[in-house]
Amino acid sequence: MDWLTEPFTLPFMQRALIAAVIVGVVCAVLGCYVVLRSMAFLGDALAHAVLPGIAVAYLAGTNTLLGALVAAVLVALGISAFAQHGTIREDTAIGILFAAALALGVLLISTVRTYATDLTHILFGDLLGVGREDLFISGGLAVMVLATVVLLFKEFLLVTFDPLLAHTLGKRPGVYRTVLLLLLAVTIVISLRTVGVGLVVALLVTPAATAYLLTRRLVRMMLVSALLGVASSVIGLYVSYYLDVSSGAAVVLVATGFFLVAYIFAPRYGLVWRAGSARVNRRPTA
Amino acid sequence: MSRGRHSEGSAGGPPRDGSLTLTAASVSYGRQAPALLDVSLTVPHGAQVAVVGPNGAGKSTLFKALVGLLPLRSGRISIHGRPPNDQEDPIAYVPQREEVDWRFPVSVRDVVAMGRYGRVRPLRRLRAADHAAVDEALAGLDLAPLADRPIAELSGGQQQRVFLARALAQEPHVLLLDEPFTGVDAAVRESVLSVLEDLRAREVTALVSTHDLRLASERFELVALLNRRLVAYGAPADVFRPDNVQAAFGGGAIMLDGMLVVDQCCEGRRRWTG
Repeated sequence: MDWLTEPFTLPFMQRALIAAVIVGVVCAVLGCYVVLRSMAFLGDALAHAVLPGIAVAYLAGTNTLLGALVAAVLVALGISAFAQHGTIREDTAIGILFAAALALGVLLISTVRTYATDLTHILFGDLLGVGREDLFISGGLAVMVLATVVLLFKEFLLVTFDPLLAHTLGKRPGVYRTVLLLLLAVTIVISLRTVGVGLVVALLVTPAATAYLLTRRLVRMMLVSALLGVASSVIGLYVSYYLDVSSGAAVVLVATGFFLVAYIFAPRYGLVWRAGSARVNRRPTA
Repeated sequence: MSRGRHSEGSAGGPPRDGSLTLTAASVSYGRQAPALLDVSLTVPHGAQVAVVGPNGAGKSTLFKALVGLLPLRSGRISIHGRPPNDQEDPIAYVPQREEVDWRFPVSVRDVVAMGRYGRVRPLRRLRAADHAAVDEALAGLDLAPLADRPIAELSGGQQQRVFLARALAQEPHVLLLDEPFTGVDAAVRESVLSVLEDLRAREVTALVSTHDLRLASERFELVALLNRRLVAYGAPADVFRPDNVQAAFGGGAIMLDGMLVVDQCCEGRRRWTG
């Protein structure tokens, strides 16, 4: 069983493991709201929109996580304002912000000489380069996000399921939606080091979508999703270590593997089961 | 059930005129022609009103304006003397079933419990009284055996009952039901009507939109006939006169042997099975 423990004798692999587990849990839980409210496009846009923040922090020599956090919060508030008062459709507004931010980020980073490697790390993650400081920041933010989800569980459930009812009960759906968007922004920032701007959306959407195929209760969906997120992260790290491939990409592909298995074999909602029950249903009438 | 301040002592007190009043109210979506134009009506406390009219007459718009989801372009709405967005007592609005995603991962009990969320502040959990109200609402619509089912597995009629149970859990003083009889079978229709009978006894003011003119005239003491404007409002016999119906439904209405036949095919009448 040495092959299981061997990778984690190295300090940078230990840090990578902790970071991967944190990201796996937070993304998977927040991802449930993303999947249920069909916000995948929004999550992807938000991820790309933090690029200028990272670039500015990088150029200024401060922590890139903090730069990303500031950018993500600003963009989340911007999208929220657009959605509530804008005269153009929300997805159009997101598309414009998303592309502009990405372009601005690339433009800023292209002023640096080590442009190509830096951009690769930002776009696809650099799990093996996670430092102690990064761990503390992501850990703290992760606790904050999860605590908010627990404390405002009722309110988030209400505004995601039935904003009309939220309004008639005096619960201000706009306020809670903005809070949810801010949590999403923070979650994306936490994930940048592991999977990068380009693949964050996969960690948000894939484990949650897999869990949705396995259960129809929100709390259970979040727990299953978190479990899948952690499993994907850990297995992905092993794959990355032994095959010497990109860690972020390995994590995402493991998560995709879980999804495909559930999509085909899940009880009740999987392809096989539905094909089977369709046959059973057809028989009496035929 | 607990009663709020508006119904307390109303038995011996003076008759309350107008728990709900619209004064020359107009609503429009953006710059389009108004969906509701210059509507004035007063609903007495505890009355049950059927809201009828052709598709696009503004029935849903009226309800959304009453709960403050749509702003008025002009005029005034007053419920218990206050504007829609400043209500102390709950107004329960039961929208058409298509308004929510029925594949959402929640159980029947979860959805009914949402009716209590307005009484529980953020960070707090539901109390025993809330759980009791949820149980009572579930039992009132024969949903107790289905309480732990995911809502994704419900039929259209069961969905309608869940929505109604959620409204009852709110213990409202004003209840707005949008098309509760559309796409449901006779049994569900009867259970909705029997809930309305209970609410009548408790003096809950109710507005119910429907396509079923016969039901409106037989089971409601007041009918509001709407076609953007309020065509007629009053007792069914006064409202369902040929000239009024002609004005609301146009060529779709014909009188056959003193019986009114209206062709209101077909939008909004589809059975929704999810």
